[in-house]
Amino acid sequence: MALLEITAISKRFGATLAVEEVSLSIERSEFFALLGPSGCGKTTFLRLIAGFEVPDNGRIIIDGTDVSGLPPYVRPVNMMFQSYALFPHMDVAANIAFGLRQERMDRRRIVARVEEMLALVQMSDYRRRRPHELSGGQRQRVALARALAKMPKLLLLDEPLAALDRRLRGQTRLELTAIQERVGTTFLVVTHDQEEALSMASRVAVMNRGRFVQIGSPAEIYEHPVSRFVADFVGEVNLFEGELTTKSNGPALAVAGFVQAIPLPPDTELCEGAVAALAVRPEKLVLSSSLPNRFAIAAKVSSIGYLGGGSIVHLTTEQGRALKAYLPGSAAGAFGRGARVWASWPPENGVVLTQ
Amino acid sequence: MTGLGRLGRLVLIGVPFVWLALFFVLPLLIVVRISLAESVIGIPPYTPLFAHDGVRLKLHVTLANFALIAGDDLYLRAYLGSFVNALLATVLCLLAGYPIAYAIARARGARRQLFLFLVMLPFWTSFLIRVYAWIAILQPNGFLNEFLSVLGLISAPLPLLNNQFSVELGLVYSYLPFMILPIYGSLSALDQILVEAAADLGAPPRLVFLGVILPLTLPGIAAGSFLVLIPAIGEFVIPDLLGGPDTLMIGKVLWDEFFNNRDWPVAAAVAVVLVAALAFPLLAAQRFLAGTRAA
Repeated sequence: MALLEITAISKRFGATLAVEEVSLSIERSEFFALLGPSGCGKTTFLRLIAGFEVPDNGRIIIDGTDVSGLPPYVRPVNMMFQSYALFPHMDVAANIAFGLRQERMDRRRIVARVEEMLALVQMSDYRRRRPHELSGGQRQRVALARALAKMPKLLLLDEPLAALDRRLRGQTRLELTAIQERVGTTFLVVTHDQEEALSMASRVAVMNRGRFVQIGSPAEIYEHPVSRFVADFVGEVNLFEGELTTKSNGPALAVAGFVQAIPLPPDTELCEGAVAALAVRPEKLVLSSSLPNRFAIAAKVSSIGYLGGGSIVHLTTEQGRALKAYLPGSAAGAFGRGARVWASWPPENGVVLTQ
Repeated sequence: MTGLGRLGRLVLIGVPFVWLALFFVLPLLIVVRISLAESVIGIPPYTPLFAHDGVRLKLHVTLANFALIAGDDLYLRAYLGSFVNALLATVLCLLAGYPIAYAIARARGARRQLFLFLVMLPFWTSFLIRVYAWIAILQPNGFLNEFLSVLGLISAPLPLLNNQFSVELGLVYSYLPFMILPIYGSLSALDQILVEAAADLGAPPRLVFLGVILPLTLPGIAAGSFLVLIPAIGEFVIPDLLGGPDTLMIGKVLWDEFFNNRDWPVAAAVAVVLVAALAFPLLAAQRFLAGTRAA
């Protein structure tokens, strides 16, 4: 049986429907990420599970117990807040011990558990510090230790890395996954950062306007987005909108402005005339200075952005359309700004979207 | 510190010091000086600081007034009575004021503005008139007794005026806003996320209050308590108008010495002792407030 079983919960604030008929099931020890733009309802969803909001309808079942109507302080979940919400009048050790003291745990066991948590997040040397004496990264660790101290069945993390600077974010991401594997607690992370969701989670749900639009593994979400929204929100993408036609060598997309129809993956099963979109990731594009022996788009290099490990090449097609191509290593060195190139891709690397 | 010259800086820092010297230190020194004089019949009704005995100028000071205060236990009882009354009023103001401040802080938008307006509304009427109004309410044939007898709850008027009860009621009524406003201030500065975090960690509402809300609003409680306690100790109008023969408060004693006995030196000595007795708890409070703010 799944650890968290949510059936059709909805939450309305006045005229806006923040969460609409959402169902979700999360297994034990999963690292689940909820990804969506700000205002999509993901934080409300998290607050419904924590018990800070009461759902208008639907059920929330945690480990077999219906908690829908229970107040936050009796739910077997803990939350790590985006602002960390450390108690300013308590030192690090007292912050971590706060939840344990509510359980009327034996003093010696509390001390032992606090030490264990301090060691887990490598903050043992800071146990007597107050929150205002810590750096952002240290506060984040204390917040994590405090939320994990009670050994919750489910840990909710609201934008856990948003308040950290970029360098620290990458490092903390690795630590967070390592800690999750060590303690085995089920993690439910809410984030608007697709890189964060894809790199940490074993499963990702993409949310938009109060609904889940796709649930799957990070690779599934990235390689096989189900809609224009997912393709566009998760990673960079080149989108072509048009109508389905059939060419001699298979299905193709007739796009306004293009003389030739753009070939689609051969396994596309759509009836002729259907409106669809083709999504091609920038790293799937191949640039060449001479016309390759497959469908290609003539374009001019408008700018090149050097990213270190590779470069992002911005192109403008004859039709005035902007394209993005990612070239690994120093491959972009072959093209200068203003150069005329042919952009092509193996047809099977495109993704056809009908939503 | 550019643009502001040495002189400019001196003036900027100097203004508040001059203000304090003129309106606080100087009057206090005059009171101290009078407390060291002897009472005489004349204008002013006390001996000059320097007396000329024909040969040379002599400094004329006496501690007799302080000896009188120390010797007569009327003064000690008045000081203690004031303190006990004021302390009780402070505790009652805290018990009544905290929930009110909490309700205001929890209210949203226009409702919060309305509540704050209602707390400050009494200040629009003279303090003296508001205390007089309580006489009309509490006296034997006043509103309250009439109302209770019309309801048939009492057969004879209750003794509500000119006793300990009416003095306490007057103190609590008059000083309640001074307790509510600082507590409201620290409650509205409290991050609601901390309350949620405490609940999330398993604390039921009662323990959220005791473990998080109360300690974080301690500066407001301390500020409110001293804003009530200190003026209430020296209060004169309330014990004079609402108090009875058994009400002994130092403000009233001071008034009697000054206007009835026309003994300025003893009145000044009573005031000096009061200021000295209040200065120390005030300093301690400031230390405490500064300490909690730094944390």
